[in-house]
Amino acid sequence: MSELTRLTLTAAREGLAQGHFTATELTQAYLDAIEPAGDLNAFVLTTPEKALDMAKASDARLASGEAGPLEGIPLGVKDNYAVDGVRTTAGSNILKHFVPQYESTVTANLWRDGAVLLGKLNQDEFAMGSSTETSAFGATVNPWRREGSSQPLVPGGSSGGSAAAVAAHLCAGAAGTDTGGSIRQPAAFTGTVGIKPTYGRCSRWGIIAYASSLDQAGPIARSVNDAALLLRSMAGHDPKDSTSARLPVPDYQQAVGASVKGMRIGIPREYRVDGMSDEIAALWDEGAQWLRDAGAEVVEISLPHSKYALPAYYIVALAEASSNLARYDGVRYGERVPGRDIIEMYEKTRASGFGAEVRRRIMIGTYVLSAGYYDAYYVRAQKVRTLIKRDFENAFAAGVDAVLAPATPSPAFGIGEKSGADPVEMYLQDVFTVTLNMAGLPGIAVPAGLSGEGLPLGLQLIGRPFGEEALFSLGQVIEEAAGRFPCPEDWWR
Amino acid sequence: MSVDQATVRRVAHLARIAVTEEEVVHLQGELNAILAFVDELAEVDVTGVEPMTSVTPMTLPLRADVVTDGFYPERVLANAPVAEDGFFAVPKVVE
Repeated sequence: MSELTRLTLTAAREGLAQGHFTATELTQAYLDAIEPAGDLNAFVLTTPEKALDMAKASDARLASGEAGPLEGIPLGVKDNYAVDGVRTTAGSNILKHFVPQYESTVTANLWRDGAVLLGKLNQDEFAMGSSTETSAFGATVNPWRREGSSQPLVPGGSSGGSAAAVAAHLCAGAAGTDTGGSIRQPAAFTGTVGIKPTYGRCSRWGIIAYASSLDQAGPIARSVNDAALLLRSMAGHDPKDSTSARLPVPDYQQAVGASVKGMRIGIPREYRVDGMSDEIAALWDEGAQWLRDAGAEVVEISLPHSKYALPAYYIVALAEASSNLARYDGVRYGERVPGRDIIEMYEKTRASGFGAEVRRRIMIGTYVLSAGYYDAYYVRAQKVRTLIKRDFENAFAAGVDAVLAPATPSPAFGIGEKSGADPVEMYLQDVFTVTLNMAGLPGIAVPAGLSGEGLPLGLQLIGRPFGEEALFSLGQVIEEAAGRFPCPEDWWR
Repeated sequence: MSVDQATVRRVAHLARIAVTEEEVVHLQGELNAILAFVDELAEVDVTGVEPMTSVTPMTLPLRADVVTDGFYPERVLANAPVAEDGFFAVPKVVE
């Protein structure tokens, strides 16, 4: 592993500004790291020529003093972001030859600020999964292994390629998306930092939709400060997304290292679920103590509808997915399988193009929206969603600034371990993350310790709407107390 | 609530996804597992609760109804599985 790829994004930015190395050298170092890392299956496409062209342009801007905030920083992008002229599949066979003729707003913002594209990162098909095993390109492998074991583990999902690539030093940072935990759970599984900002903070334009009222873009990075730098570039109002917030983007880096003295942190008693492992419970207590030591006040709170968030999510998300994915009909883009008439063409196209999990989710979504079931399922779930959001509003109104919770119920599990007959077993991965998506709130996952088997574990902080700055300040306290968790060995080389 | 095999076939058709007889059996089990999981919501008292329509309190912005983009049919059609004479082509729909 080259010294250059060991640097945090923050340090790489400094090195470029000081002229210690060029963007071309940094980009080449990452390309050289990606090349032998095929076993991880983190990238589904690399764009070396484009990367070196962009790096060259960055070097010119660095030399002429016109450098942007991310000038020359090599990034990976989850494969559900449309990148103009670069194959974009969302991990699905139905889009296996899709080349967008337009650029997503978030990636356009990254290039505007000087970032370099290394390639597209693996994900669960249409972001539907918690392990990156449902990808048409096959599973991504977590760079972390249990101590003394070579069993391949999942990197989490759906942004598993993004998390694995960042943890394995194959890119300086990555863009992911989070609908029910798809940034935070993989970040927790790989010892990286991931933030899902408030709904509306980043534009969804040009991101392949899963569930539009829940989807948000966000970064995965190797430090809290790196995540703050990336989010600042990714966020912002976009007239092309009518749900994007008309609010200025703060300089999040200013919040990193700011005092948390006097902040009130809520510990939701309902998150202490049955069967929570001792090590997760202990880590949670330790996290609360770190925040107390930094001057925050830690109080127990109640979020009484928490246990209903996951079932309500699986109705709302799947209903929206069935509607969003109706567009894959073999007419305007994507693969087509011919039929004797147009209906048979649709049915064969979608049966052959979508994987098993996507077909299952579309069918559930179709069922809960169908005549006779709409009120019993969909409308009821949207009412429960109102109650979930109200729980948080009550906590914030009582003076709570942020909520501390585990990021995941367990460390990374083995490939194949949870992809058996019962789909619900995988869905339970999102138990601590999904409430925020339902309430539209921001959440950051920060690595905080190692499991008994030597795997990273993450803590999650949940903020007020547009309260990302508090999350960066609190996240930094955890990072300073717990240290960082670089992947111990590069066995894939 | 649980679904029978006829419902699985009906939903698959509504979703425009072809299913084989063998898949219907599997899907019935998988769909029922998910439906059993979400049935928990039936116990929540939602009397007088408004269903959520927007997660952030915002009114949708209005914009002028004008053409702001377009005039490049070749790019629009670039990913079409079949295109003819500047149009998307599909099997005959109306006899």
